[in-house]
Formats: sequence, C-alpha cells, structure tokens
Amino acid sequence: MTDDGLSRRRLIGASGTAAVAGVVVGASGAGALALRGDAVSRDDDASAAGAPPSTTASALALDAAIPFRGAHQAGIVTPAQDRLHFVALDVVTTDRDQLRQLLEDWTRAAERMTAGAEAAPGGLVGGGPNRAPEDTGEAYGLPASGLTITIGYGPSLFDDRFGLAAKRPAALQELPPFTGDQLDPRRSGGDLCIQACANDPQVAVHAVRNLVRLGFGVVAVRWSQLGFGRTSSTSTAQATPRNMFGFKDGTNNLKAEEPEGLAQHVWVGDSDETGAAAWMAGGSYLVARRIRMHIEVWDRTSLQEQEDVIGRDKKEGAPLGATKEFDTPDFAKKGPDGAPAIPVTAHVRLAHESRLGGIRLLRRGYNFTDGSDGVGHLDAGLFFLAYMRNPGKQFVPMQRALAKADGLNEYIEHNGSAVFACPPGLKDGEHWGQALFA
Amino acid sequence: MPRPALRRSTRVAVPVALSLAAALALTGCADKPAATGGSTATGAGGPITVNATDTACELSATTAKAGTVTFQVTNSGSKVNEFYLYAEGDRIVSEVENITPGLSRELKVEITEPGTFTTSCKPGMVGDGIRGTFTVTGTAAKGSADSKVAKSIADYKAFVASEADEFVTGTKEFVAAVKAGDVARAKSLYAQARHPWEAIEPVAESFGDLDPRIDGREDVIADGMAFTGYHRLEKDLWKDGLQKDSGAIADQLLADVTEIAARSKTVEPTALSIANGAKALLDEVATGKITGEEERYSHTDLWDFDGNLEGSRQALAVLRPVITERDPALQKALDARFTELSSLLAKHKAGADYKAYTALTDADLKELTVSLDALSEQVSKAPGVVEAK
Repeated sequence: MTDDGLSRRRLIGASGTAAVAGVVVGASGAGALALRGDAVSRDDDASAAGAPPSTTASALALDAAIPFRGAHQAGIVTPAQDRLHFVALDVVTTDRDQLRQLLEDWTRAAERMTAGAEAAPGGLVGGGPNRAPEDTGEAYGLPASGLTITIGYGPSLFDDRFGLAAKRPAALQELPPFTGDQLDPRRSGGDLCIQACANDPQVAVHAVRNLVRLGFGVVAVRWSQLGFGRTSSTSTAQATPRNMFGFKDGTNNLKAEEPEGLAQHVWVGDSDETGAAAWMAGGSYLVARRIRMHIEVWDRTSLQEQEDVIGRDKKEGAPLGATKEFDTPDFAKKGPDGAPAIPVTAHVRLAHESRLGGIRLLRRGYNFTDGSDGVGHLDAGLFFLAYMRNPGKQFVPMQRALAKADGLNEYIEHNGSAVFACPPGLKDGEHWGQALFA
Repeated sequence: MPRPALRRSTRVAVPVALSLAAALALTGCADKPAATGGSTATGAGGPITVNATDTACELSATTAKAGTVTFQVTNSGSKVNEFYLYAEGDRIVSEVENITPGLSRELKVEITEPGTFTTSCKPGMVGDGIRGTFTVTGTAAKGSADSKVAKSIADYKAFVASEADEFVTGTKEFVAAVKAGDVARAKSLYAQARHPWEAIEPVAESFGDLDPRIDGREDVIADGMAFTGYHRLEKDLWKDGLQKDSGAIADQLLADVTEIAARSKTVEPTALSIANGAKALLDEVATGKITGEEERYSHTDLWDFDGNLEGSRQALAVLRPVITERDPALQKALDARFTELSSLLAKHKAGADYKAYTALTDADLKELTVSLDALSEQVSKAPGVVEAK
C-alpha cells in the first residue's frame, strides 16, 4: 500500500515540489519505507533560545507522521507540505455543549489521522455490515504523509451565542477593508477553520472530509479551498517554490530555524492577552486571502515588466541589482538609467520589513487552480496563508502599503478573506474544547 | 425515480442479516393477528363521532378499549379537513385526509396496545392541527424486544397499506381530470396525488418496470423505455399541453399505480429494511428534490420533499420502541433533527400549498441542506441499531 501511495503521489505531485521530491527520491527508493516511521521532532518552544528545531533531512520524508501534540499546533512552522485542503465553517447549533463535544471529537479524530490511522477505531469496516463506516476509507493504507491539522477560531465565534465573548483575544479583529478588495462573502469569514496539509492530496482531503462529517448538525462548511503546491518554505531545508506567476515566492519568509524571529513575529506571547483571553498564549493568528491572478494578462506581459513588478529576476529569484536569491535587496541602488534598480512600486520593496518598521509574517500559502471561469480563463492564483502574532500590527499595515501602491495590483484581485485565532498546541490528554470552554 | 446505484447499495448491505430478520418478521406476523383478533370487542357504544369545524375538533368520547376503534369524522366547517390519530412521537397510527366541507368519512383503526394517543383535526390541512388526548384501555401482551420488532413491522405494513390506498385514490382523481381535459384541475391535484408515493417509494420501487413506468423521468428513453407516467403528464400539463395520447398515458398510469399499490401491501419488511428505507428516502431528498431535478416542469419538488421526509419519519416512528430501548440518545437526536427539518420545510408553505422550487433562494437551499445533512447522519445510524450484527 505504501508503494501505491508513493507512486501515485509522484505521478500527481511532480509539479512545484521537484526539489523536495528530489531529496526523498534520491535518498530512498526502498529507503522511503525506512523513513516512514520517523517522526519529526516538534519540540519547538521558540521562546527558548536553544537549539533550532529538528527540521532536517528526516523532516522531508514525505511519508512521515508529524506529531500532533506540542507547545504549538503543527502546520505552522512545521515544514510546509505540498498539498492543502482548507475549510472555513460556521457553527449552526446554538447548543454550547454540542460545540464543545465536537471539538473533543475532532481532537480525537485529528490525532488519529495525523498518525496515519482511520478517523475512528475500526473505521473502515469494523462497524459491521449494517452501519455506515465511521471512516470514509480513501486514505486507508496510505502513510501519514506529513498530515497536519490546524484549527482556528474566527471573530464571529466569540459573539453572544456560546458565551465566549470574554474569551475573545483583543488582537482577534475583523480585517478592515483594503483598497481594491473584491471580496466575495461566499469565500470569506467563518466561525472556525481547519487547515489540513499533507504531502498527498488524498490524505489532506480525507482529513477534512471526515472532520466535516463528524460536524454535521453542529457546523456547516462555509467555504473551502484546495491548494496544489506550496508557495512558501518554512524551513531552510526546503527550496523556494514558485508561484503561478512563475516567480520564486517566500524567499524572505520566516523560517523554523529562527526561534527568536518566531517568538517576535509568530507566536502570541505570554503577556499579549490577559484575563479570560490568556488561553491564546503560544497560539498564532492566521490571515487567509484568496488572491486570484489574472493569468492570461500576466502571461502577455514582457519579462522586463514582470521583473519590475515583482522586484526580482525571474530565473534566479535575486533582488533586481543583485545576483543571488538570498542577497539582501538594495533599495537605494540605481539602474543604468538612473532610476531605482528595484522600482518604487515593486512588490519586494513594498512588502519588505525594512519599509514596514520591521514587520514580518510566516507565510504558508498555496497555489490554487479551481478550473476555469465562465469565459475560459484560468481561475487560478495564490491562496495566501500567513501566521503572525498580531494581525492589526502586522498584516494590516503591510496590506495597506501594498494595496496602495503595489504594481502587482494590476494583475491580482483579492476575492476571499478571513482571520482566525489558532490556539496553542495541546498537551497530552488535552482537547481543543477545553481552553475555550473552561 | 429509480436509482439503481442506491438500490444496489441497499441490497448489498441487507443480505447477511436478512434471513434472520425475515424469520423474526414472519413469527411476529403469525402471532399478531391471533392476539388482536382474540383480545377485545369493539369499543363500547359504536363509532366515536368527530365533529370537525374550522376552529374545533369535538369527539363524542376520548377513551376506548383496545381493539377496533371507529371514528366517524364530519366536516361541518368551511375548510378542507383531515383527522389524525397519533401514537407517541407523532407516529401516525391512522389518518383520513381530504375531507371536504359537509362530507363525513369513517376511519377504522386497529389499536392493539393500550396507551395514550393524540387526535388531531387539521382545518385547511396545515400545522399541527387541533389536538386532544385519546386514551386506550385494556391489556396487551408485554413486548419483549422481539415482540417490539414484530409490532414495528406490523405498524409499518399498516402505514404502507394506508399510503398505497391514498396513492390509488389520488391518482384516480388526477387521471380523471387529465382525461376530462381539465388542465387547471389536473395541475392542482398533481403534487398531492404523488405525495403518498414519495412516502413509501423504497418499498414500491423494487417491482420491475413499474417504478420507471409510473415515475420515470424523460431520460428513461435512454434505456429504451417509453416516457410515460406522472412525469410525462407533468410535461404535458406544464409545458407541451395535453397530447393525443395523454388520455392513454393516464389510463396506463392508473393501472400501474393500482398494481403497484396492491403489490406494496404484499411486501414483508424487516426492521432493517424499514430503517434502510428511512435513510433511502432522505437520500432521495438530497439527490433529487433539494436539487429541483424531480419536478423539472411543475417545480413541485417541495411536495416530494415533504413526502420523502414524512415517509422517513414514519418508518423510524414505527421503530421507536426498538431504538428507544437500544439507543435512547439516538432516538433523542432523531426527534430533534426531524422536528428541525420539518419546521424549516414548513417555512416554505404558502397556505396549504408549497412554494415552487424556483422560489427558493440559495440561502434557503443551504439552510435545508445543512439540516438534512444533520438529520441524515443520525438516520444512517438506525439500521445498525435495529440490526446490530
């Protein structure tokens, strides 16, 4: 079964992951089987300035299980997997106990599935001939595939329905409108979210499908998004992938190997929230934006214009005026014509921490293609996911700067948006309902 | 509408437990008539009269002895009326529908177990009706688990028989209107004539070509069949106008409906097949009604929705004693979810009629779908409870 899983993923998953796949295929053949049982260490309490988390070669074993429990939720700084199934849900019950029970049921199923198990014991056929199987079965026999399941709570969850108003973290606020937003309410918001990432799309889809099924009557899917290729690296061991514009994306991303940077920019600190909202310490805020790219228009654009819009060269990914991908951008440097080498409207300039008072985010986005639209154009783009310590102090000023002047705006359109508070990781024996309903 | 894949999956799930359950059913059915026939005389004092007005539901007696109880229901109001006798959980023991003003109709009910029942007149055929408590006295054999199952099966057979009779009656009226060329009347009768069929479809759709002949949609032509039955007449009435052969189609429909009704009464259900049927009816809603596919010309899909939902609810209502005993939490969830979806569906009533499917908004459809998913997940647990093997 493992061989089937590998070969299918190699067939389907060749795009966008060549560098990573190369590591594993090169290291394995039969060796992949040996790596399968390796768990990636996620002892990543970033506030402790100790040894960086272990995210080296074994972390890239595509079949391995990622530990579900730890100081922080998996699926944030753990190595970005190749595939995504993201779902936003609304709570449809008004019964607080039903919601609490679902969070407990979800914890149990999520922990099992991230370990590569069925969603419930004996889920495939154990219920006998007359019961509907408790697990839907399509991931049976597949390895854990690096599955992570990350939960988040939207601002609307903390209204008056469940008595959670006092638990609402102060930093969890609806995002303000930005210039150029074309937000579709059917792709925005949500009381809850589940981010399922894996190196096998079938494993990610299976996870969401089974969690949604457990939730019928308590929650209902509001919107969902599939992503087929990661656009960011969250570890220095990962190569920088390319987005649908054909450019390397996330070169300057925060990485798991920067514990101080994570503590400063990603994890909610112990004193960030007080009183009933203190449960958020060790968590992180997630901003999700569905960014549709005007692919056909972009593809007709000259290389010079494309590079000027991004601010990097297309082949190497180096900042304009430099030669290597990881060279520091020199925003003062002039080109031969006397104009700035990196144009004043270039994306890298406007999004760079040096222009934003040191703001950084942990980006974890995915390329998406949802077929074509009604006029035959590719409905494709970037499903932007970013984790941060405080959206109002990080994403909001950054997006304001970009929305105002970014040359990229001519080629993109934000049509979905949501923000979620992702709680800290679970200790042994804990479940998601506890901190919220304590 | 025949759904081969659905039927196949149901059949696959059944055989292992079928033989045992069927044996049980036969035992139960052999016992029952003897127990009933021997137990009691008719309730004293002859028929209980029910005077149904637009605002009242007056019974000459509110108690009776177990056995055959006869209600003589007279509609002395101005609205069409109905009379129901419910057991616990609003399970319909028996009912008489479509009592027009001035009309009197008799309802005979076999009540084998004493207990508290509910009577209801429904002037205008809407809402919960004007309710009263009805007490049945006497003695009945204490139900062991098996006798509870046997009673469920007997109750379900009675329900199927009652719906089958309604189906024939309604079809007769509809066919008469078609043959008289009265398009307006035929259209007004169409949806409600089909309603009993939608409530017992899983029982009836297994008889060869009868189901597609009665209820097939235009795409049956792809299977080499003629397009006949209700949906052919639906197309004539709403789209093409009555055709030269519409009368012949109507005659054949009545013959087919009469046959399928008779054959439905011969089906020997098991607790498992009843529970699976309850699920299959909700599957019908999910795949055919909530999508607006079934009634593509008349857009009366919400009537079919109501019929499927009611059929599912009644199937599980007869299993209530079994499910309550074995999984009380499931029974509680079923009650809550059926109530929720029924009330959401009722929001789309316009007087005694349902709105056209095309009048529903996307938000309406999502609301119904969310509730249907919640209900269906619970109903899907019932087969494993009644046949826990």
